[in-house]
Amino acid sequence: MSAPQLLVHEKKDTVGVVVVEGLKAGTDMLCVVTHDNSAFHLTSKMDVPIGHKVALADIKAGDTIWKYGQDIGIAKADIAKGEHVHVHNAKTKRW
Amino acid sequence: MSNIAMFHAQTAPNPFRGGAPDQLITKATPTALASADYANATVRGWRRENGRVGVRNHVVILPLDDLSNAACEAVAAHVKGTMALPHAYGRLQFGEDLEIHFRTLIGIGSNPNVAAVVVIGIEDQWTNRVVEGIAKTGKPVVGFGIELNGDIATVAKASYEAKRFVQWANELPQEDCPLSDLWISTKCGESDTTTGLSSCPTVGNMYDKLIPHGIYGVFGETSEITGAEHLCKERAATPEVAEKWFKMWKSYQDDVIEAHKTDDLSDSQPTKGNIAGGLTTIEEKALGNLEKIGRECRYIDALEPAEAPAKGPGLYYMDTSSAAAECVTLMAAAGYVIHTFPTGQGNVIGNPIVPVIKISGNPRTIRTMGEHIDVDVSGVLRREMTIPEAGDALIDMIVRTANGRLTAAESLGHREFVMTKLYRSA
Repeated sequence: MSAPQLLVHEKKDTVGVVVVEGLKAGTDMLCVVTHDNSAFHLTSKMDVPIGHKVALADIKAGDTIWKYGQDIGIAKADIAKGEHVHVHNAKTKRW
Repeated sequence: MSNIAMFHAQTAPNPFRGGAPDQLITKATPTALASADYANATVRGWRRENGRVGVRNHVVILPLDDLSNAACEAVAAHVKGTMALPHAYGRLQFGEDLEIHFRTLIGIGSNPNVAAVVVIGIEDQWTNRVVEGIAKTGKPVVGFGIELNGDIATVAKASYEAKRFVQWANELPQEDCPLSDLWISTKCGESDTTTGLSSCPTVGNMYDKLIPHGIYGVFGETSEITGAEHLCKERAATPEVAEKWFKMWKSYQDDVIEAHKTDDLSDSQPTKGNIAGGLTTIEEKALGNLEKIGRECRYIDALEPAEAPAKGPGLYYMDTSSAAAECVTLMAAAGYVIHTFPTGQGNVIGNPIVPVIKISGNPRTIRTMGEHIDVDVSGVLRREMTIPEAGDALIDMIVRTANGRLTAAESLGHREFVMTKLYRSA
């Protein structure tokens, strides 16, 4: 398998992590779910820095965001599949 | 002419190319190394008077308080092979802070990585309390009070003892000790999303492999478990330990965050560095952090800051700050002799008496500041290396470090020694 651009922890997750530097909008990303090594493809809609997250499906404002198969927070805005997910459009539910 | 030279200096490629092959490991190499046979693997260590095994042989000049730093540093400058451990506190400590202060100083002096200790304090009584605490291990320790003597006479007297100790310590023989004699702590720093994918599960895999062979482990970072407290509670060995742990976690929420907040925790956790690395929420950070305890391990007790574990081999929790230097100092004071430190964005921390092994999976960090990294697990992100292979690479680096390889932090002179302080001084 060639090196993936995006890693996802669990099948249930709605975000994955960019693991290469300099990822450009329009890249056809090879994505791997680390839990079972399954692979899929997704097109990045934005330039996304290494370590930052990309939405795996359309996420509506108010939806829970899943990573590690766990609730990591809530969407503050609608996020389209392939878009960058970070502090500008997601936050903890705790505060 | 000079303009041209400057131009070259600024545009020349960085001559660092990712470290010596020895430094940056990309593949586990199990043949003939520890990971081939954990049960029979040995390290060359110093077995101390109390039976514990150390992997370093320091002679420490230990200040009781901030005022005694100058005298300790003068002794260490004079007597080669000794090391002063200056710190910021000591006067008018009160209540729980006083207990943590003594536990930390006595614990650091008692750590098996330390062969002998000279304690210097402004006054005799508290100085003697530290000396007597360290003396329980059976190792050589002597103390000096500065009052009625002054710095110069104290430094002279302390230097004679320090010289005697260092010459004695340098002839102490090492012996083959089983891997199970090692006490290995962990705490991560400058975390990002790659730590939860690679370097933290590498440490977790190491614990899953070595804890069953009888090592002591410890993790902590009470504020940083916030967001994964439900999962951390489930990893306690018994319901009693789970409750003890939960009370520690809850009291941080109630007594610190709620009682003293000027804001919620969100301006501090995640940190700005974490956010730059892609971490968005405290839950996401906590879930990555907890990967350090692997899949199988259960913690068998929840310790106070700097408290030595007393329930036998196994994994422990310690109530610590998430600030790297404070946390590693407390774990060193509890008796841990090697620290494993996953980092994403690149934390540079070290400790004066405990080798801190850095593990990173972030290829940008390996590229830009690889001189700080001991174990490169970026292959995990490229799917060239599995987590069990990364765990083996870490175990091999633990053995090499125990056998004398200086860590990146040691070779770069990182000696962060930071006392934990809970309240205002009296």
